[in-house]
Amino acid sequence: MTVAMKVEASADRIQARKRGARAGQRWGNALFILPFLVVYLLMLVIPLFKGIWISLLEVDMLSNSADFVGLDNYVELFSDEIFIGAVLNTFYFVLISTPVFIALGLALALALNRPGRTGATLRAIFFGSSVLSVTIVTLVWKLVLMPHHGMLANITESVGLPSLSLLTSETWALPTIAVVTVWWIIGLPMMLFLAALQQIPREIYEAAALDNASRWRTLWSITLPSIRRTVALVAIIEVILQFQLFGQAQLMTQGGPNNSSRPIVQFIYEAGFRNWELGYAAAASQVLFAMMLVAMAFQVWLSSRKQAY
Amino acid sequence: MTGINLRGIDKRYGSVDVINNFELQINPGEFLVFLGPSGCGKSTLMRMIAGLEEVSAGEIHVAGRDVTHLAPGARDIAMVFQHYALYPHMTVYDNMAFGLRNVGVPRDEIDRRVQEAARMLELVPLLERKPVEMSGGQRQRVAIGRAVVKEPLAFLFDEPLSNLDAALRGRTRIELARLHQRLKTTMIFVTHDQVEAMTLATRIVVMNAGRIEQLGRPMEIYHRPATRFVAGFIGSPAMNFLDVDRIEAPNGFVAVRLPDGTTVQTSVPAAGLPTQSKLTLGVRPEALSIGAAEESDVLVGNAEVVERLGDQTFAHIALRNGELVIVQAGADSTISVGDLVGVRLDHSAVHLFDQSGIAYHAQARSVA
Repeated sequence: MTVAMKVEASADRIQARKRGARAGQRWGNALFILPFLVVYLLMLVIPLFKGIWISLLEVDMLSNSADFVGLDNYVELFSDEIFIGAVLNTFYFVLISTPVFIALGLALALALNRPGRTGATLRAIFFGSSVLSVTIVTLVWKLVLMPHHGMLANITESVGLPSLSLLTSETWALPTIAVVTVWWIIGLPMMLFLAALQQIPREIYEAAALDNASRWRTLWSITLPSIRRTVALVAIIEVILQFQLFGQAQLMTQGGPNNSSRPIVQFIYEAGFRNWELGYAAAASQVLFAMMLVAMAFQVWLSSRKQAY
Repeated sequence: MTGINLRGIDKRYGSVDVINNFELQINPGEFLVFLGPSGCGKSTLMRMIAGLEEVSAGEIHVAGRDVTHLAPGARDIAMVFQHYALYPHMTVYDNMAFGLRNVGVPRDEIDRRVQEAARMLELVPLLERKPVEMSGGQRQRVAIGRAVVKEPLAFLFDEPLSNLDAALRGRTRIELARLHQRLKTTMIFVTHDQVEAMTLATRIVVMNAGRIEQLGRPMEIYHRPATRFVAGFIGSPAMNFLDVDRIEAPNGFVAVRLPDGTTVQTSVPAAGLPTQSKLTLGVRPEALSIGAAEESDVLVGNAEVVERLGDQTFAHIALRNGELVIVQAGADSTISVGDLVGVRLDHSAVHLFDQSGIAYHAQARSVA
């Protein structure tokens, strides 16, 4: 009897020790994500809330003072015609560039998804421009677009057309920046699509060939459904990226002519670092953040809906 | 019903000859199996018939029509792939209907064919599922269904059972045999599994290095293998091979001497055999039996491994010269590892192979 009790008691102790050891181990596991968590908190979460806080202040950088003004900055923003123009410009830019990134990226990937040296060389060329910095890209394109002496002017002149000056046209400045942007970073969507295309098993295409599927039918019924997720991914990436348009506009048009190519980020930059209105700039940043959040949520909803279908 | 005719088919990849001047007439309604080890060209040959590979030279005729340069879809042939190759985003119904829609078959006719195939292959409850929601066996049935609805002139099967587990493989094999009996369409089946070949085939084409080693009915290939390669490839456990010397025998049949000095009088006629003295004796495990070591005319050796399968027992006997032979003993054989035993040979069931690998068979063996 006593022996049995002793055994039971020691079994309980062992159980308790095991439980303790397991709990300790679980907390120990958390250490693995600690470095990430620290960086995430310090560099993302805290600045996010700090930004929201600043947007509620009127900051005077010279006297280093800040007064709480509530939503005044936001009220002022939405009556600021230049800001409304920048919001519309940014939406317009995202709207014209993202579909081109998807369509052209996919077209290039389909055309270059082949073994051999020609394909590899062309892939490298199309991806090559992505490694250039924005200053180089805009410099090159300014040379191309220079009125009277640029490459485009030479071409139009040689065929007897009047010289175009796209960057000084209110209608064409932003679409031109979109063209430059597409030229610059079409490589990434192309590579993502190429990777997705190469995941599709060859046997499925062979089955489609035996099923009498034409090239269009194969593209429409086999290829596109197979890379649906990548299309959504590219769309999301490009929306995030293009909402943040800044360098190209800043360097090519400075937002002009007549604010027709000024994007939100440039507006924020000018408000914050030219006019030193930090609270105002922070409020504009929050509006951009909200716009991107809504756009992202819409895209995620759209792609999940397609998947369920 | 239709026949398929392969005339002088060549296949080269760069300077490498994979298949050279291949000739074969596949009869209407036949179940023909291409059997051979990996890389023997059997899959390439099937893919050329399907139109998925170009032929380097030669002609392919299906039902008398030259299809050599036609697109795969225009050949009126259906193929079942090793990895099923179902369209992952389509339902079972759409997978089967896709090919019919592409050639403009009317909607009600598509429905009739899909429903009929689904009934035959027990796919009716799965018609609205997608491939990812099904097991391997179900996917394979869908792949077969997709071929059946096309009502093709011929079916091609590219190792369709190799991704299934053993039990399912056995069941699907029987389903395929039933399908053939029911449709009576020409079927071509590629495999490296001799059991599939033996059980399904009307005729087997044993291939090696891009050539036909032997073409014949399953039992003919089993009992009268044309070459040493075929003899070693068909049968499990494999045929035993022993190097022997030919000795003089006055009765018109070949006698040979084994390395341990034992002489064996075979029933292989001496006429027609080349005069070379070095030969290989081939004997299947079931043509050997276990006796006492003291008997006359037996090969003496020790049992090294004994495999009991329930209905039969395989004893691996190490002969005195170190060579290993596998003997099929009865289910209730009492042999155990280490026993010194004599191995008796059924002289009427031995094969001889000359140095080029050509086979010569014992006369008494009748072909089933």
